[in-house]
Amino acid sequence: MADVTTGNGAVTYRESVAEGIAREMRRDPTVVCLGEDIGAAEGVFKTTVGLFKEFGGRRVWDTPISEQAIVGAAMGAAMTGLRPVAEIMFSDFLACCWEHLAVEIPKVRYMTGGQVTVPLVVRTANGGGLGFGAQHSQAVENWAFTVPGLKIAAPSTPADVVGMMASAIRSDDPVVFFEHKGLFASKGAPAPPDHVVPLGQARIARGGDDLTLVALASTVPTALAAAERLAGEGISAEVVDLRSLIPLDMRTVLASLERTSRLMIVEENPYQGGWGGTVASIVADEGFELLDAPIRRVASECVPLPFADRLEDEVIPTVDRVTDAVRRLASY
Amino acid sequence: MTTATEPGTLSAAQLLDLYEEMAVIRRTEKAIQDLFLAGFVKGTTHLAAGHEAVAVGASAALRDDDYVFATYRGHHHAIARGATPEECLAELMSRATGVCKAKGGSMHLTKAESHMLGSYAIIGAHLPMAAGAAWSAMLRGTEQVAVAFFGDGATNIGPFHEALNLAAVWKLPVIFVCENNLYMEYTPIASVTAVPNPAADRASAYGLTGEIIDGNDVQVVYDAVLQAARRARAGEGPSVIEARTYRHYGHSRTDPAKYRPEEEVAEWMARDPLTLARDRLTALGVAGEEIDRVDSRARQLVSEAVDAAKAAPEADPAEALTDVWADGSATWRT
Repeated sequence: MADVTTGNGAVTYRESVAEGIAREMRRDPTVVCLGEDIGAAEGVFKTTVGLFKEFGGRRVWDTPISEQAIVGAAMGAAMTGLRPVAEIMFSDFLACCWEHLAVEIPKVRYMTGGQVTVPLVVRTANGGGLGFGAQHSQAVENWAFTVPGLKIAAPSTPADVVGMMASAIRSDDPVVFFEHKGLFASKGAPAPPDHVVPLGQARIARGGDDLTLVALASTVPTALAAAERLAGEGISAEVVDLRSLIPLDMRTVLASLERTSRLMIVEENPYQGGWGGTVASIVADEGFELLDAPIRRVASECVPLPFADRLEDEVIPTVDRVTDAVRRLASY
Repeated sequence: MTTATEPGTLSAAQLLDLYEEMAVIRRTEKAIQDLFLAGFVKGTTHLAAGHEAVAVGASAALRDDDYVFATYRGHHHAIARGATPEECLAELMSRATGVCKAKGGSMHLTKAESHMLGSYAIIGAHLPMAAGAAWSAMLRGTEQVAVAFFGDGATNIGPFHEALNLAAVWKLPVIFVCENNLYMEYTPIASVTAVPNPAADRASAYGLTGEIIDGNDVQVVYDAVLQAARRARAGEGPSVIEARTYRHYGHSRTDPAKYRPEEEVAEWMARDPLTLARDRLTALGVAGEEIDRVDSRARQLVSEAVDAAKAAPEADPAEALTDVWADGSATWRT
């Protein structure tokens, strides 16, 4: 099999973001984009390259630094016939519009007895590993995970970025779309035409028999690298890429455990309040008899993100930490 | 709904219609107060008695397909935009027939089918939403206008300023209507605000004109909103209207409003929007008996609405686990 990460035709995760949005804008004139520096400047992470040029200022709108206006306006537009795609530059800034994201958007359909729908996407660059320090490096997918009424996508490959973007924009429900900063430069096979990956459908990223590693976004390549290393030691690890947190595909996780009977969850958000706690609790409730060992979680340390690489590596799960933890779990 | 005409030209018949709508709202608010005390309404309520002219005057000046966003003090806007007193009362009384299936309550009355897109209970949150609805109307080329109604207290929170700036920069067809009732909850707005007119004085910071109007005079409100809507439809951008008004009850159910000076209360009660409308009707030659007939019709309508809401079934417990997602379900995992 050709190595898609280096072969000819491989595309970056970064350019797949713009590709995914552009495909939807071509097929649906109600899709519009808004955010800071996303137009002529093409995004601070260059994730909207080409959109302004192709679709113009009536479809791609530069906003002031006003996160509440961005997400609030997206909500009003979504309730009235558009499918807005709003960019919040860094996921840390979701705190600035948390009112709209946590208290307005996920509740309005319910509290009106189903009278309105809010088909919007809030895209945001999430996670650490690039040395941006405590206020621009957090993995905050667990923030959204605490609020019923939001769908949560967090792709790990370029093709998934495109396919899940299609599902997110076509969804009649609000979707928070976490693009991982540490993956922007990574490469993979391009998405085929009309590629759609449904939300709530996990992917077996690597098959294995001895234990199951459940991962998301940046921790997928981390888990895959650990699995590769462990294969040389005779440990066969299966890697499940959850792809989305809501809907949460527990069917795939439980089916994997039927074969491996050992579970390790690898997450970038902090251990305290991390999404892995919910995955562990469902397995404890519904899959206890499948298990031959305690459930383990490898998550970020419960500290703010430090600046220096050597310090950041102490906080965020690394291949070394995951590998060590898997060895202990495999021999339990 | 009354058809929009020229400013200052509401006919006696049109004004009488608006009087009746205001009377229905007033009676509904009184009924809610009584039902709360009798244990039929739980939680809290923020009654809008005294604010009727803002909702009714503005609504009459709008097209039926214009968007309205209101606050937790929003019963008057829901009714002015087509919600019936019965479905509002049923909502507050936790009945299955409530306008939001008893999932919203007093603070979230919504009538989406007539473009009343909700009542929002986090201060200021809905101003950007109204800007977004106006943006949507502009992009879809429908010449619809969006209106956000909000209290004086909302002018000191971030989204007010973010929304005004965005609306001005993008020249959106949105009207920001501040219902300045002089009190931010229990505190005089003047004592916590750097300028005397909390909404209107801020407008100039965004290159907009802020208009201060008598929010108790339905004709005045109608005229101001009609002209703002015309500007919006003509592509001339947003307007800020500060309608001065007064609430007849406290901030919420638990507030007897003892902090308001007696003379101030007396002065505003003498300028009750229903009284002012009655004066206008009399000046237009409408007989007192005719106005009284409208009053008793409003009383009768609300009284029947109370009976119907009381007789309606309680909310079905199964409804608690519906309406999270667009497919109607609450399913979060596979």
